[in-house]
Amino acid sequence: MNKTEKALREIQAMDELAAMDSPIHRLAPLAKLLVTVAYIFVTVSFSKYDMTGLLIMILYPVAGYQFSLIPVYTCFYKLRIVLPLVCAVGIFNPFFDRGIVMTLGTISVSGGVISMLTLLMKGVFCLMASFLLVATTSIEEICHALRQFHVPRILTSLLLLTWRYVSLLLEQVSIMTQSYHLRAPGQKGIHVSAWGSFLGQLILRSMDRAAALYESMELRGFHGDFYYAGQKKMTAASWMYMVVWIGLFILMRAYNLPQILGSLFV
Amino acid sequence: MHMADALLAPAVASTMYVASGSAAGVSIVNLRKEEATLKEDLKVKLPAMAVMSALVFAGQMVNYTIPGTGSSGHLCGGMMLTGVLGPYAGFLSMIVILAIQCLFFADGGLMALGANVWNMAFYGCFVGYFLIYRPIMQGKLFSAKGGSASVTKSAMRMKIVLASVLGCVLTLQLGALSVVLETSLSGVTELPFGGFLVLMQPIHLAIGLIEGLITAAVLVFVYEARPQLLRDVDTSGEVKGKCSLKTTFVILALVVAVIGGGVSLLASQNPDGLEWSLFGNADGGYSENMGLDEEAYGISSNLADSAASVQEKTAFLPDYAFSQDAENPMGTTVSGLVGSTIVAAFAILTCFIGGYFRKRKLAS
Repeated sequence: MNKTEKALREIQAMDELAAMDSPIHRLAPLAKLLVTVAYIFVTVSFSKYDMTGLLIMILYPVAGYQFSLIPVYTCFYKLRIVLPLVCAVGIFNPFFDRGIVMTLGTISVSGGVISMLTLLMKGVFCLMASFLLVATTSIEEICHALRQFHVPRILTSLLLLTWRYVSLLLEQVSIMTQSYHLRAPGQKGIHVSAWGSFLGQLILRSMDRAAALYESMELRGFHGDFYYAGQKKMTAASWMYMVVWIGLFILMRAYNLPQILGSLFV
Repeated sequence: MHMADALLAPAVASTMYVASGSAAGVSIVNLRKEEATLKEDLKVKLPAMAVMSALVFAGQMVNYTIPGTGSSGHLCGGMMLTGVLGPYAGFLSMIVILAIQCLFFADGGLMALGANVWNMAFYGCFVGYFLIYRPIMQGKLFSAKGGSASVTKSAMRMKIVLASVLGCVLTLQLGALSVVLETSLSGVTELPFGGFLVLMQPIHLAIGLIEGLITAAVLVFVYEARPQLLRDVDTSGEVKGKCSLKTTFVILALVVAVIGGGVSLLASQNPDGLEWSLFGNADGGYSENMGLDEEAYGISSNLADSAASVQEKTAFLPDYAFSQDAENPMGTTVSGLVGSTIVAAFAILTCFIGGYFRKRKLAS
């Protein structure tokens, strides 16, 4: 299976997840979008040595996945993209920051190790939160929420239209790649002699397709804006979801809750 | 080059959102101006922008074999979109591509989107177009002596190759530099600024060169087949050109060597000064940005105090600024660890309970 086929499958899987029904799916997209943004903002704002304080932030994605009936491990596949760069940046911390900040029995833990782990945790948590948003909200709903947020119409329309065309063109590229490799067995990629023509041909056809697409859109009454039918409104539950979570995030950020919890027992 | 959320401090991410948002605003205003002057309806352009964005998205997944090596390269999205759609529409299309990559493929973070748009789309579309693509395409480079502005097909091909390669190399270098700056300003890495720069720039020099050549090949093909699709391409005139493909590549190699040399010189000569100023600023900005009062943040207990005194004795505090945060004893006490364990156990338990109910629901 080539890269394009994998991407197609990922798109399909995301669409299926967003089409599910659960208490989280039923919430207004704007509430979910704002909670996700607030979560990521608060998570990355933790100090790089505040590993214990940061840990409590895991509760939002964990609770979210359970209430939306989505298994947590579904998002771990995406970590393959996030973790390499985060690791590449964080891996040097233990070498440069050797100040001992904690001793566990005979083991001394340096500030660099703590900051590296904190960085990794932030990477994983933020990914879990963004994945939760797109797994419970369709692209139409996200675009609608963005419009409510006064994001320019051209951007939301472009996002929506591009999303529709991504799967089509991925399929096209997948077919082209497969047929190329069948004709040129043993080649790893596209040979230098076909560098230009391979995608160039697709560009020519795609531009024609765009013209036909515009005509058909116009025939269906398109006047520069998409209409979002049957949108979920900001219900009392959505307001409560938003206010409670954002309030909790502020609380989690202002107080080191694991520390307080631990001091009850120690 | 897609940055994850964890690599950015909120202040840096917000600044980059404002910067990218402003560039998007300027693009929309200019597109409307173009709409008025060229009598080109934006509605007509929208499907072309969408199809091109989707195509670049899919096209970046195609592997191109690099001759003589075992590796493969990809297409440079920013320059491709700029060449076909122009800088403003290209910029908006790149925003959409990056948003889809971030939302659905976890390639880059939601909060880091502003920074990613700046690093890849702004340089690729605006710097690439106004400083490289347009001057080269509209200039008289490669045209015959004493000839008019009209150029031959072969000269035009040379211009496209030159513009694509130079554009990709420069924009990727600027993008990589921005990644280093943003990460260092966010204070997430202890890697010295100079060292990080030396790691990033040469890699992106090679990537830029390859991406530029692939982009050039595709744009030349489009030019041969349908030149009117490309921006700033002169299709009139039949004057014979004077430059060969070989000459173009020699010029390109020289320019790349100069750019590469310049960057490594910058990286090796001034790491300490840059490091000092950046890390100093980052430290100040970071703590202000957190808005935390360390005294109010802590909890006073005997255990915390004793742990703090133990830590004071055991901890070796290096004299550089970043480790000052380590003086905060709150993250290191025993109760912190106990509390964290309880939170972790609670999270795992929630997963198990949730899984149990899901299974029951599926079974029913």
